[in-house]
Amino acid sequence: MANQLEIRNLNVTIGDKPILKDFSLSIPKGEVHALMGPNGTGKSTLAKVIAGHEDYTVQSGEVLVDGVNIIGMEPDEIARSGVFLAFQYPLEIPGVSIANFVRAALQARMEEGETFNAPAYYRSLYEKMDLLQIDRKFTARSVNEGFSGGEKKRCEILQMAMLDPKYCIMDETDSGLDIDALKIVANGVNLMRSPDRAFLVITHYQRLLDYIIPDKVHVMWDGRIVQSGNKDLALELESKGYNWVKEELATA
Amino acid sequence: MVQHTPIEVDREKGNFSYKTHYEYDAGVGLNEGVINYIADVKGEDDWIRQFRLKALDVFNRRAMPTHWATKDLENIDFAKIRYYLSKGQIPKRTWEEVPDEIKQTFERLGIPEQERKFLAGVEAQFDSEAAYSNIKADLEKQGVIFLGPNEGLKEHPDVFRKWFGKIIPTNDNKFSALNSAVFSGGSFIYVPPGVKVAQPLQAYFRINAESFGQFERTLIIADEGSEVTYMEGCTAPQFETSTIHSAVVELVAMKSAKIQYITVQNWSNNVFNLVTKRGLAHEESEIRWIDCNIGSRLTMKYPAVVLNGRKARGEVLSIALANDGQHQDTGAKMIHNADETSSNIISKSISIGNGRSSYRGLVHIPDHLRGCKNNTECDALLINTNSRTDTFPAITVRGNGNSVQHEASVSKLSAEQIFYMMQRGLSEGEAMSLSVNGFVNDLMKHFPMEYSVELKRLIDLEMEGSVG
Repeated sequence: MANQLEIRNLNVTIGDKPILKDFSLSIPKGEVHALMGPNGTGKSTLAKVIAGHEDYTVQSGEVLVDGVNIIGMEPDEIARSGVFLAFQYPLEIPGVSIANFVRAALQARMEEGETFNAPAYYRSLYEKMDLLQIDRKFTARSVNEGFSGGEKKRCEILQMAMLDPKYCIMDETDSGLDIDALKIVANGVNLMRSPDRAFLVITHYQRLLDYIIPDKVHVMWDGRIVQSGNKDLALELESKGYNWVKEELATA
Repeated sequence: MVQHTPIEVDREKGNFSYKTHYEYDAGVGLNEGVINYIADVKGEDDWIRQFRLKALDVFNRRAMPTHWATKDLENIDFAKIRYYLSKGQIPKRTWEEVPDEIKQTFERLGIPEQERKFLAGVEAQFDSEAAYSNIKADLEKQGVIFLGPNEGLKEHPDVFRKWFGKIIPTNDNKFSALNSAVFSGGSFIYVPPGVKVAQPLQAYFRINAESFGQFERTLIIADEGSEVTYMEGCTAPQFETSTIHSAVVELVAMKSAKIQYITVQNWSNNVFNLVTKRGLAHEESEIRWIDCNIGSRLTMKYPAVVLNGRKARGEVLSIALANDGQHQDTGAKMIHNADETSSNIISKSISIGNGRSSYRGLVHIPDHLRGCKNNTECDALLINTNSRTDTFPAITVRGNGNSVQHEASVSKLSAEQIFYMMQRGLSEGEAMSLSVNGFVNDLMKHFPMEYSVELKRLIDLEMEGSVG
């Protein structure tokens, strides 16, 4: 189906170890879905599999971006088809400035013969940096090199805003952020919310969801979604803890 | 698990060659007959002929330096090489015969239209009159001599004979002897006192088919207080190169003179590139080598500066890129021979696939000198697990009044970094070339603008070919 990110019965292993077990989830454009769950349940694996990371083996299932199965595609093809992953641990690229990096990413999306409009690019870059309260001096600094945790996460959101993806996957974007940085990041994300875009916000804690209000919340356990609900589910989870989910499962 | 596919290299890239008929051909093999043939064709004075013959004798007696260098040198078959070929002045091939991929490479590297035909061997003479006539007139007015070695030695023996073969004597090493025996092509330059040559000089300003010879001989003399920049090679793949390239480059900077010598070379994968480069720096003068080596089967090159006068300064900035099946054995030598001399070496190497880079550095500061300084930095980047890098720094510093700094680093471009960049939409090749450009970025800032642009394009092209 078009206009959604659809994950169908995904089974994924690392080596012989199953990580995702018949995982299914659909996120229509215009919605923000939160995926919560304790460490080691496969949240980050899901994010990387969608992005085409080669360390994981997809045994069966599909990931459909607007109806097109992206399993087996190269990571760059998946990215250019409109999927953006904000990394939990963004990588450093020594010697490559943020401005040049984002520019290269945009140029990779250009048609043959299209020319790059540098002044417009810098206007747009500065505008988004102001919004995310990133100092303009950062444009000339190497990507993520010597950045604090919070700076790295803001830089991820800056890239996301510049590349204008249809599907944004945010992997633990709130980790390492203090409350002020969290608000700035959330504000940046909220401004990007649109009927043409969907978000999958992966997080441990309810805290981020106070600022990015999700349309749906899913709880993940042992490689699959065990519970779905509205934003109140996140609050319930916060007050009762993940053990509650475990107990619910045991009694079910 | 998904297998990591090894990076594959297009081994055909750059190995372009096609049949050409030569007017002068010394035949294969190296003997006195060949030397005499070259001397006859060039109409050389007897002293040059004797210089060549003596060099042949030295070459034959010297052993291959395999006791410290790679054994691959033993694979050079000197009996199968042509030592002198000359096309004369009549082009024997048309632009239509030039393969499309070569034309495309020129296009992508941004080689100026007027230079392409010359580089492709369509024109024996590059029409430099049209493109560079202003520069040439300007040089003549300033008294700058800019000729080939034969013309230089014939027309200005008083200027060039004094230094010819003095900075790098024939018996310096086996390959300097080889060059001394069979040299042809190259540039002889003299810059009069106080003259500051505004534009960089390049071999293609001079019009002859030998500008990019196999055995070039270059001698640059910058007289007191003068300044000159010379650019050697170009980023276009070198066509029709035989399997050996062995140049000798000698620089002489008189008091307070400045020489900057820039090389960007892109050799095809079958070439042994064995080059000796050395500069002699007098009081308060400055010699800077900028050396970029891409491609070749084996490159051995260690530009040197002999700091012979007080406050002389020497610098080597180098970038070497070793792709699959290539070995870049490069480095620098700084011989401090006077008080308050300073030297700086920054070397960056990139090894890809099975490519191998070695850095060899020699810094020598003897006991009796005071106030000497050396800074050495060598950084290596490894892309993919099979590549190899070695660092062999030899720093001998004696006495208390001198200071030395040495830093070395090895970094590896990880699969996670590539994945991160690809997640932003860059292809694997684009991701690698962006990383490589990032790695050499701070060094490239020292390069003249047009060279850093060309070099960037060249790295892009090279990395594109590296992706399987």
